[in-house]
Amino acid sequence: MSRFSPYDNNGGSCVAIAGADYCVIASDTRMSTGYNILTRDHSKIYKLADKCILASSGFQADMKALQKLLAARHLIYQHQHNKQMSCPAMGQLLSNTLYYKRFFPYYTFNVLGGLDNEGKGCVYTYDAVGSYERVGYSAQGSGSVLIMPFLDNQLKSPSPLLLPAQDAVTPLSQSEAIDLVKTCFASATERDIHTGDNLEIVVLNAGGVHREFMPLRRD
Amino acid sequence: MFRNQYDTDVTTWSPAGRLFQVEYAMEAVKQGSAAIGLRSKTHVVLACVNKAQSELSSHQRKIFKVDDHIGVAIAGLTADGRVLSRYMRSECINYSFTYESPLPVGRLVVQLADKAQVCTQRSWKRPYGVGLLVAGLDESGAHLYYNCPSGNYFEYQAFAIGSRSQAAKTYLERRFESFNDSSRDELVKDALIAVRETLQGETLKSSICTVAVVGINEDGTNEPFHILDQDAVQKLIDAFEIVKEPATEAPAAAEPEGADGAGASDAAQDPPAPAAADEGAAPMEI
Repeated sequence: MSRFSPYDNNGGSCVAIAGADYCVIASDTRMSTGYNILTRDHSKIYKLADKCILASSGFQADMKALQKLLAARHLIYQHQHNKQMSCPAMGQLLSNTLYYKRFFPYYTFNVLGGLDNEGKGCVYTYDAVGSYERVGYSAQGSGSVLIMPFLDNQLKSPSPLLLPAQDAVTPLSQSEAIDLVKTCFASATERDIHTGDNLEIVVLNAGGVHREFMPLRRD
Repeated sequence: MFRNQYDTDVTTWSPAGRLFQVEYAMEAVKQGSAAIGLRSKTHVVLACVNKAQSELSSHQRKIFKVDDHIGVAIAGLTADGRVLSRYMRSECINYSFTYESPLPVGRLVVQLADKAQVCTQRSWKRPYGVGLLVAGLDESGAHLYYNCPSGNYFEYQAFAIGSRSQAAKTYLERRFESFNDSSRDELVKDALIAVRETLQGETLKSSICTVAVVGINEDGTNEPFHILDQDAVQKLIDAFEIVKEPATEAPAAAEPEGADGAGASDAAQDPPAPAAADEGAAPMEI
């Protein structure tokens, strides 16, 4: 008799790339369970604040609960501080929220993208219990093992041990970053059964938020 | 109201069946600076007079956003008002977290009233010393409620609370029948005029009043609760003070309004420079 599992993996991949003054956050829209597709049209991307967007893959019920919680916490912050939360602040909040459930975790693999207090792109990458790091780019989810090495190949930032210290920010233009993301997903879709259907790309820059879609293979 | 032997405790009835401590709490509301609310079928406007403790200090915040569709103006002990606003915000957040829809205003005021009532029936508590004008929008339309320290609440077309609010109420009583069909801008203008009534001759400037609006636009989109920008308010004040002369306020206005208008505009024109230098520089605006 197999024990009841409170978790399920709904698959999918998320990517975020930080630029000098923009951030690209993308994920596929396929939601699956086991070898079945539940829907081809489910967004994993959620806008938490004006300058902060969350993309999560994993167990979608936990993802939804996490989004609602963070949105409520953001409202409280706005009432208390009279302003929106910055991306680094939200980054810390997300980490604390995940660790709060250290012994019954949110089964979500998150990537937080946005603009930092200076207007530069920033990406924070998390594990399920809140360990996080600011990076120039990241991928999470079922296709991350296929996407991450490719991003490393294209974007690898110099080692943090190097002097002089270099920014964790990618020297790509916005359109180059978008094309890179499209390439990543097109490739991941080929080999990862849980990734495909449609690609949702959100770009955050000083001009606001811009969303576009690209069809992916549906098999 | 005078001291008597039944007013020490909130849990002591007087022989006439009154709870004096609760009535004293309502007196505290009358001591606070004025807050005014009015509503039409589609919009609700809150306006209040900002009194600063001294020239060196900043103005007290009397209007709070509770949620996109609800806001509140307070009069009385502002600390109590702040605490109740925090409670209201928390209730709205919890409701929309659970039901994924905005908390109906009528529900919120009942919860608030019940909370106030508890403090009138515990010997270790005191009633909240603040009156709240709750303005909100929900599926059943635009609403304006008044919650008092006694735990009672009433719905109003227009109301004013705080010191010298009677002057504003008199103005509102004259005009309230037309409010339901007023446009948003007419409603804001009426609110500003009502605020001016409470000032008793003092010039109306955007630095001493705050105006907030919530409503549904003609095209069906929501106008979330927000406090109007000081410059926008000053422009509106200037617009209707100038328009005073051609007496477009003819139907309800007649002599009293005309006299007031003349008096107010004279006061405004006489010492423009010195007044602006003294009071225009808003001290320590947050």
